Amino acid sequence: MAAVSGTEMGREPELLLETRGLSRHFGGLTAVDGVDFQLRRGEVRALIGPNGAGKTTFVSLLSGRIRPSAGAIAFEGRDVTRLKAHARVARGIAYTFQITSVFQALSARENVMLAVQRRLTRGLFGPSHASLAAEADSALARVGLAGRADEASGNLSYGHQRLLEVAMGLGMRPRLLILDEPTQGLSDEEVAAFIALIRELSESATVLLIEHNMHVVMGLADRITVLDRGRVLAEGAPEAIRADEAVQRAYLGG
Amino acid sequence: MSESTAVLSTPPAAPPTARILGLHLGVLAVLFALHFVLPDYHHISLSRIMVLACFAMGYNLAFGYSGLLSLGHAMFFAAGLYAAGLVAQFADIAAPGGFLIGVAAAALVALTLGAIALRTGGVSFMIVTLMFAQAVFLIIYYFGTYTRGDEGFVVPDAMRVLLGLDLADPTVRYMTALALFAACLMGSLALARSNLGRVLIAIRENEDRARMLGYDVYRYKLTALTLSAVMAGAAGAAYGLLFGYVGASFASIQYSIYPLLWVLMGGAGTVLGPFLGTVLMFYLVDLTSAATTAYLLVVGLVLIALILFFPKGILGTVRERYLPWLP
Repeated sequence: MAAVSGTEMGREPELLLETRGLSRHFGGLTAVDGVDFQLRRGEVRALIGPNGAGKTTFVSLLSGRIRPSAGAIAFEGRDVTRLKAHARVARGIAYTFQITSVFQALSARENVMLAVQRRLTRGLFGPSHASLAAEADSALARVGLAGRADEASGNLSYGHQRLLEVAMGLGMRPRLLILDEPTQGLSDEEVAAFIALIRELSESATVLLIEHNMHVVMGLADRITVLDRGRVLAEGAPEAIRADEAVQRAYLGG
Repeated sequence: MSESTAVLSTPPAAPPTARILGLHLGVLAVLFALHFVLPDYHHISLSRIMVLACFAMGYNLAFGYSGLLSLGHAMFFAAGLYAAGLVAQFADIAAPGGFLIGVAAAALVALTLGAIALRTGGVSFMIVTLMFAQAVFLIIYYFGTYTRGDEGFVVPDAMRVLLGLDLADPTVRYMTALALFAACLMGSLALARSNLGRVLIAIRENEDRARMLGYDVYRYKLTALTLSAVMAGAAGAAYGLLFGYVGASFASIQYSIYPLLWVLMGGAGTVLGPFLGTVLMFYLVDLTSAATTAYLLVVGLVLIALILFFPKGILGTVRERYLPWLP
């Protein structure tokens, strides 16, 4: 049962997530329109497309924040279409918000402790405060926020709040980490540090990334999926996508 | 410490457990000592306040820590009060049993209500809790043969006995109220500092985010509401048994609003706030109504001043400005 890793040499990379005919209508508007999508274990996939292409709606369907109008989602070979959001998180699908959404009144450490705590709680009894704090601190150290652990997260700069979001993602130890525009509003320096961080992170998790910054996309993604008007316009390696005419027309401003 | 972040008051690295325990045990010690010095009138007032503060602490678990703005908590207080009172009246069940039955009744009402009301949020939750509390109020009248409606009934003295001690005796009453108060206070403190408390605060702060960290928000809210009702019901049952009277006014809308005011005044989401709010509001009404018939005007003005100068309640504002470690 325990499929450990599909990324070893010589093995066919196995499927982590698959959608079939996934659609979502909002009234008369079709935000996501019959998307067939496959994600292999261990890859970093970028999801790009013009504004209003349905990217956020699509990943919200994957994470269970909204229900599909039609279609199915399978994660690790099991149908999760009807599973509620919190149950999908328990299966290993983590989602970090497009708009920074940390618990402002709590310290950075407590934010990450909350991410760790759910995973380590079995039945009635949760882990001790000390063990939670230790694991939270190590996640904060990985994103470079070790010195800010005690600060109220609402007092952190925007860039640091984004890093805190990632630390929370780390604390959950997801199998699939969905990042919705993680570098929006970051300085160039912060973006460079962020790319390094995601690269490191992708060793232990599959990453699905919505991103507008093409520098980040080209620097990180193994493959790129282009959405336009709710449909998959193109999919392939970064170079192929860059060369694709339809993509250039729709998105790259070519 | 890195860079220049020490401008704002930075909380200490580890939670100062000794200081926090000292403060709360100190409050309990002062209340114990007051028993020996207070004149009769204030002695009985404080007994009453301590029981009502348990009601407020229960309300605070739902409203202050979990963000559940209920307008119907009188139903939980009344469930405890009536269950304990009625079994004493009609089944000859004395204090300890009656108390437990009262607590169980309140928990049952909370689980039933929560299963329905917690599927809604925000304003809908307020309306549903208000409606349910009115239904409970009307049920009390409907069964007037047993409850004697408005008029209420007196709990038989023979049933107001705990471990052979007469609960009508001022000393026993004060000490029983203090014991219940201590249990609720330390229970609130433990909860606020527990893993469960952290999740409840997270849900209050940002429900959607808590859900996306994998927490089953509905189940956590149901747990919080039930714990809240257990405290409110314990207060109700104790009130009936200690003061010997059960009446429908305790199920009225006023008794849903009081705990909200007490908690807002003392500081929502602080452990000691509900008690402070209950004491202040009790004496505010008590002193002003002795001086003038227009006492509600004075109470109103004080509440307005409070919102202007202590928008997070007294202890909430104190915590924000001076004592960041206050739980």
